[in-house]
Amino acid sequence: MQFDVQTIVQLSAFAGGGVAMGLGAIGAAIGEGYTAAQANLAVSRNPKISGDIFKNMLVGQAVAESASIFALVIAILLLFLDAPGATPLKAAALFGSGLSMGFGAIGSGIGSGFPGGQCCLGISRQPAIGSRLTTNMLIGSAVCQTPAIFSMVVALMLIFMDFSNSPLFPTWAALIGAGMSTGLAAIGSGYGGGLAAGVSCDGIARNPESVANVTTTMLVGQAVAQTPSIFGLLVSFILLFKTFPESQALSASMALLAAGLCTGLGGIGPGIGNGMAAEGAVKWVARNTSRSGDLMRTMLVGQAVSQSTAIYAMVISLVLIFVL
Amino acid sequence: MAIEGADLIKAAAFIGAGISMGLGAIGPGVGEGMVAAKACEAIGKNPQEAGLLTRTMLVGQAVSESTGIYSLVVALLLLFVV
Repeated sequence: MQFDVQTIVQLSAFAGGGVAMGLGAIGAAIGEGYTAAQANLAVSRNPKISGDIFKNMLVGQAVAESASIFALVIAILLLFLDAPGATPLKAAALFGSGLSMGFGAIGSGIGSGFPGGQCCLGISRQPAIGSRLTTNMLIGSAVCQTPAIFSMVVALMLIFMDFSNSPLFPTWAALIGAGMSTGLAAIGSGYGGGLAAGVSCDGIARNPESVANVTTTMLVGQAVAQTPSIFGLLVSFILLFKTFPESQALSASMALLAAGLCTGLGGIGPGIGNGMAAEGAVKWVARNTSRSGDLMRTMLVGQAVSQSTAIYAMVISLVLIFVL
Repeated sequence: MAIEGADLIKAAAFIGAGISMGLGAIGPGVGEGMVAAKACEAIGKNPQEAGLLTRTMLVGQAVSESTGIYSLVVALLLLFVV
């Protein structure tokens, strides 16, 4: 049975679109469910302001939705893409694009549900500072979306860049690896950033005077938690822009695929761990504001140690790309 | 495209190294984050002992790091020795 190139490219575009939307729907659905669950709890505690809580729930859910809207955009692009004169390499690029966006939307979707839910609970506790809580929620969940945006950037580059001058072997593995690297690494950073943002809304509601310290600690913690997804993006860009010499050997392809997989998987744990460290620090900055300097220092030391395995994974990826 | 035995073994070693370091990084990353979170909690409750708590945190994280280093060693062995 013989297929022409056009059929193979279309086949992988459809498969990529399915993967992008299927995986991309997981995160936002869980995150929004969490927000709604906490909103119910908040209304049961303080039914008189159910209108405010309801409004805040919808705003929080709308932000959490954006990761899966990115996935929808990529899936629609892949379904209706018209690629005349495409080479077989385009097939790998389109499937890689679906993998990147699908995995990349999981963490941000779940993560941005946490600030939404905690903000609803916070409003039921302190209705007077509702607008300040909503602002903090929006800042926190916007930062959570960054990993999903990285994934969308890589997905769009894979769809629209021209690879027709590169050799099919081993570039196909570089393109699939580029998608997996950013996509998988985004899971941890998105989820971790959400943990820090969620607990900051809770902290501000308990101790409104601590708002400046809490928001600062949250942003520093989230920024560090973002690092694994930046490592993933870096490895993706190297895989996308480096020209690899043509090689029919299976090992040349597998080295590039493994490089993407390694930084991608390796970013999940440190991303979640950094988020947990930030969660602990933000929670106690709100309760014991006078010690925010000590807490920030301990958080950063802990995060740096937790980061180390992501750095090992990136080193192995760079060895796979440049040394072997 | 003919695949030879030696090439196949090298390809498997590369994929194995990537999976070893990739999956191996998840556990230490999450575990060390938990340690740091609890250390922050303890410092928040008892700020006088901040130095002792930071030291304990670092020792605990170093132990938790060991499996990540095992993964790194196995990945380097797969890349350069096997």
